[in-house]
Amino acid sequence: MILVIAEQRDGRLNRASWEAVAAAQAMAGPLPVKVAVLGSAVASIASEIAGAQVAEVFAAEDPALSLYTPDGYAIAVRAVVDATTPTFVLMPHTYQTRDCAPSIAARLRKALITDVTGISGTGADATFTRPMFQGKLAAQVKPLGEPPFFVTLQIGAFRADAVQKGGHAPITPVPVHLDAAQVRQKPEPPFQEAKQAVDLGQAERIVAVGRGIKSQENIAIAEKLAKAMGAELAASRPICDNGWLPMERQIGSSGQTVAPKLYLALGISGAIQHLVGMKGARTIVAINKDADAPIFEVADYGLVGDLFEIVPAMLAELEKA
Amino acid sequence: MNEPDAYALEEALRLRERHGGEVVVCCAGPARVQQVIREALARGADRAIHVQDDRLAAADAFMTADALAAAMGDEKFDLVLTGLQSDDLGQAQTGVILAERLGSPHSTIIMEVQAEGDALRVKRELEGGWFQWITMPLPAVLTIQSGINQLRYATLKGIMAAKKKEIRTVAMPPDLQPTQQIVSLAVPTRAKTTHMIEGSAGEAAKDLVRLLREEARVL
Repeated sequence: MILVIAEQRDGRLNRASWEAVAAAQAMAGPLPVKVAVLGSAVASIASEIAGAQVAEVFAAEDPALSLYTPDGYAIAVRAVVDATTPTFVLMPHTYQTRDCAPSIAARLRKALITDVTGISGTGADATFTRPMFQGKLAAQVKPLGEPPFFVTLQIGAFRADAVQKGGHAPITPVPVHLDAAQVRQKPEPPFQEAKQAVDLGQAERIVAVGRGIKSQENIAIAEKLAKAMGAELAASRPICDNGWLPMERQIGSSGQTVAPKLYLALGISGAIQHLVGMKGARTIVAINKDADAPIFEVADYGLVGDLFEIVPAMLAELEKA
Repeated sequence: MNEPDAYALEEALRLRERHGGEVVVCCAGPARVQQVIREALARGADRAIHVQDDRLAAADAFMTADALAAAMGDEKFDLVLTGLQSDDLGQAQTGVILAERLGSPHSTIIMEVQAEGDALRVKRELEGGWFQWITMPLPAVLTIQSGINQLRYATLKGIMAAKKKEIRTVAMPPDLQPTQQIVSLAVPTRAKTTHMIEGSAGEAAKDLVRLLREEARVL
């Protein structure tokens, strides 16, 4: 059996959970797919998932699961795994999963294969593709030892709209027996640092800068290009970490996720954390001096060269029209 | 040094400046990682523990965490900081597994650390620009996000001082086994065909603007 741990917050499933269900259905072969939902009140989410082609939905409810904590979720996921004895446990590779999945695997001493981008083979023979050296290489990985094997799936690597629907799965409650004293982390409610004044999600065109821009003074040239193209200016994480552009202009897993008509990446190498935020763009242009930069993997148009020569030439060309 | 680990080291040095105490660098790897340990000592760490074994060069997160936990057990550290993931395998597991082995609570992807008495209050990064404060008792393990602080670099004085600092070498526990196996490695297959535009900067820029206007129709 393949068990998917769905992720929800405030009664809403995230898209990555549907991607995990789609991945489970695709790799299942003869194995049934079952889904577990954890939280303080999960009835409506459980019935939403029961509408997909899955064999069973498990509802693990406990008041102590209302706000996520790694200790609480490690105990709850373990209770579900112990009760259901899956071969594979699939989870979306979200920040929440990164926080608790290694705890669960460590407590059970079972393999955990993280950030998976592809699955070959079906059922118990599946092997998993995952990035190494920040996406420069792809490794085929097999778990060793006895199941259950834990697998986390890179966000965006599987298609949520590929989920087979039209199911009527039974919903089974799973007792968790969570003692509040076992939860050592005391969380406060989530908050946003600053009001998002810029909604890059609505931008038709985006010019984004990365480390290749080299200094804060050089941001001006990217700003000029953005203006000439009718684009919003955005950046990869290191630029915002340096304070060269405000955090609200950051694209990637810790910033905004965008899907504009045009995304032009200037001097961005294309770490996975950045790619997940922009690879849905319709047309992607990459300008980078390193021909091996992973950004070229997702680009429609690629220019290998010095952005400080290419951008002025583009500006000259754009002015001509 | 892994980039996130460099930020973890910097955060440890800043905590020492605020609260006193000692910063110990722990590293599990073959002999060559001594170079990274020396760098950490030059930046200001007080001493180091090196779990040395050639098998650690190809270790998974379980082997690394188990090796570190065995070497760190007697030290009774108040706080253990790791980078959130490594630049090579990028499994994002070692810190959390280490917390389990040490019996400590943990939190991951941390952007601020406040230590007061026996308690720790940390700012955890969530997705999409959200954050959350979390309180937990010490001892604890945190995985640190890149960008939490401004890195310092080693000074000549620091490099000289590092030569006299202690590096305790420890053997890896003999029975550690990996939990996963890399079957093959390849250059990733491209999701789409990329039109690489050749020529001088001027020619390529001209071609690109034309293609964006006429072929992609996005300008």
